[in-house]
Amino acid sequence: MPDPVIILAGVLNGLLAGGIYVLVAVGLTLIYGVLHIINFAHGSLLMLAMYAVFFLWRLLGIDPYVALPIVIAASFAFGYVLYRGLIGRFSHGRDENILLITLGLAIVFDNVALLLFTGDTQTIDVAYAGTIVQLGAAFLPLPKIVSFLAAIVLCAVLGLVMARSQLGKAIRAVAHERQGARLVGIDVEQVFAISYGVGIACLGAAACLLMPTFYVSPTSGHAFVLIAFTTVVLGGMGSFVGAAVGGLIIGVTESLGGLLLGEQLGQIGISLIFILILLLRPTGLFGAGR
Amino acid sequence: MLEVRHLSKAFSGLKAVDGASLDVRAGEIVALIGPNGAGKTTLFAAIAGFHRPDAGTVRFDGADITGLAPHRICAAGMVRTFQITQPFAKISVRENIMVGAYARTADRTTAAVRAEVIARQVGMARQLDQLGADLTVAGRKRLELARALATGPRLLLLDEVMAGLNPTEITEIVDVIQAIRTSGVTILLIEHVMQAVTSLAERVYVLNQGRVIAEGTPAAIAADPGVVEAYLGHGAAARLGGGHA
Amino acid sequence: MSRRGLAFAAGGLLLAILYPLLVRAAGAAGLPIAPNYLINVGMLVCFTAFIGQSWNIAGGFAGLMSFGHVVFFGTGAYGMAILQVTYGWNPWLAWPVAAALGAGVGWLIGALAFRAGLRGSYFALITLAFAEVFRILANSVPFTRGGLGLLIKAEPHPANLQFRDPIWIYYLALLLCVIALLIAWQLTRTRFGARLVAIRENEDAARALGIDVYAEKVKVLALSGAMGAAGGAFYVQKYLYVDPWIAFGVDKSVEMLLVSMVGGAGTIFGPLIGAGALTAINEITRTLASVVPALKNVQPLSLIVYGAMLVLIVARLPDGLASLFGRKRREAGRA
Repeated sequence: MPDPVIILAGVLNGLLAGGIYVLVAVGLTLIYGVLHIINFAHGSLLMLAMYAVFFLWRLLGIDPYVALPIVIAASFAFGYVLYRGLIGRFSHGRDENILLITLGLAIVFDNVALLLFTGDTQTIDVAYAGTIVQLGAAFLPLPKIVSFLAAIVLCAVLGLVMARSQLGKAIRAVAHERQGARLVGIDVEQVFAISYGVGIACLGAAACLLMPTFYVSPTSGHAFVLIAFTTVVLGGMGSFVGAAVGGLIIGVTESLGGLLLGEQLGQIGISLIFILILLLRPTGLFGAGR
Repeated sequence: MLEVRHLSKAFSGLKAVDGASLDVRAGEIVALIGPNGAGKTTLFAAIAGFHRPDAGTVRFDGADITGLAPHRICAAGMVRTFQITQPFAKISVRENIMVGAYARTADRTTAAVRAEVIARQVGMARQLDQLGADLTVAGRKRLELARALATGPRLLLLDEVMAGLNPTEITEIVDVIQAIRTSGVTILLIEHVMQAVTSLAERVYVLNQGRVIAEGTPAAIAADPGVVEAYLGHGAAARLGGGHA
Repeated sequence: MSRRGLAFAAGGLLLAILYPLLVRAAGAAGLPIAPNYLINVGMLVCFTAFIGQSWNIAGGFAGLMSFGHVVFFGTGAYGMAILQVTYGWNPWLAWPVAAALGAGVGWLIGALAFRAGLRGSYFALITLAFAEVFRILANSVPFTRGGLGLLIKAEPHPANLQFRDPIWIYYLALLLCVIALLIAWQLTRTRFGARLVAIRENEDAARALGIDVYAEKVKVLALSGAMGAAGGAFYVQKYLYVDPWIAFGVDKSVEMLLVSMVGGAGTIFGPLIGAGALTAINEITRTLASVVPALKNVQPLSLIVYGAMLVLIVARLPDGLASLFGRKRREAGRA
């Protein structure tokens, strides 16, 4: 049994990572809440965004944090166009159809990445990556702390937009009662496309916050999709609070899992949580009934 | 044959069925009527095993079947149809009915023959090869009836099998149901179409807000002021001179 | 099946039996083809059709769309390998045991998932999670030798289920394919199959008509698991090597799903049609890759096409290629 100090460090590191998972999960749960789509392409899209951040740094020398507004805007646009052009058009309303379509997209994205970038992992080397901050007995990398704080800020901003703005009201109306929203004159298709775009924009933000301390490879999509889904199912599909709580729990689980079971076996924690939640409480901690 | 005692079922605190009791004797046709939202379909669902009652018992031929799984209840000889029809869309009418027939036999040929017989009985002989999805509302209603009949039940729970039918079709179905009863099947039906209720049912239960408020022959409950009020609102019986419903 | 359908099937079977002989004769006659390569391609089509049918039985007939079907494939593969390498079993004996293991895993996943009432997308996701759990375990536990994988000693002899001549592997795969088709055909003619279709179309109505939905679902998943595992065992016997990625990698799940969706989920011949289409795509991309030097990696190229096909099929031709053959749409459940 490792030293409690190490456990504490593990928990803190997990919370920091979890903050970013919250951002990933928020996008997924928004997409589900509004469009009732289980966006299987979520992990792959995150992977693509991370590559975008990487190349902005490698080819143009742009720092990932500086790249935030660029990547967020570009991700939003990509998501919007993807919905308008493909997903929206082909979903025909059936739940399983959309799942399969997003699966197909995920496969295409993953393998395009594999083809173009090969299987190598890529990392970003930023000057401050090595800076460590000491918190009590735990040593935490500075970028992780910055990313965590940035994630919180972004979630808060998103929350405000959802609660206060006209757009947010429209989105919530469509999420709640599609037909009714149509009847009061809301352009539901537009709201769908924007919501999907926002969901992907969250991924863009997450990508910028992950790259300083993480790596990217074409298989990252596959790894992240399970994390994203576990988080959302744990928290409850469609619940923002759930996504927040879920993200933190998953971050800590991943961190402690790696600590206690080793790099390989540690990954199993997330899949097991996923299975357990689905079997015991599929609506998640905060979700409404399916 | 069927004894329902003090059955209650609530959803999210709202009592859909509140202490309802009813009896159906072998060979009878009994009707369950009441205004929309009275809890009739919920009562059916609770009897047939789709909801577990919060309180009360259901006895079928003396055996306690309260809360048993629907497929077990079907095996015991009671089967229900659905108010909102649930056809097997992508397969033919014949194959639809065969699913019901398979409850009594494992042999495909036997099931196919039975399906044709039943289809003829309910007047669907010409539609045997149509897909479930291609049927009209009337066709779907008949299919519900046919499928349920194919399981060889002793008690048939029909949920608004007349809804959406024109007068000719109603008369046809009434004849079919009479014939079904003559062949030995007891029937409990939910209906809004009064013509069917009066021509078919020996006894009628009236349900309102989850409670049984009246029981009797069709003529008796038509004259019952409580029933009139349930349908037409408070004071309606007095305004109408306590007469016709 | 109609008389014409049966005639077609018989003709196809005859052709399939003669195929390697014809190919060899053509090669001997001087045609510029590589007979053994073509025989191998034929073997792949038959094999893919077999494991595709494993998915089809659960996903197509019963509507249990799973994203993690590789879990059965891998169970069979590892079962087959471990029984031989660690316990010295004869592969002919190990094969049915491996299939039984697959049935066991199918029963386990079914019992858990269906008891919890999981359907549709949630079921798809949980199968994915199970496959991932198995993969991680295979990568970490000692008796699978983790990431190193297991190597079966090459001793080509029929008694060892290893053959020098690829023609025998082809015939074995053909046999599997025929068995799979027979199983699917039986489903269209039995009460069990009719009940699965009813469950797929409308679970509540099925329940009301006396079907024990939970029991039937578990049964079909166990059957599907047995087939998937038998396929995995066959695969490991051909290539004599297995590791966690080969056994439990998500690409195989996609293949099993895609083959049925493309060909026609819920039909008898769907997986075979899909296997043919996908193998053809593979061959085309392989040729392309050899011609275009930049495309050195064939695997992702094939998968990109697979992904695109999945999107197109779901969007434009949800009943798969089989629906183009008109009649075939009625195969599933036809009296």
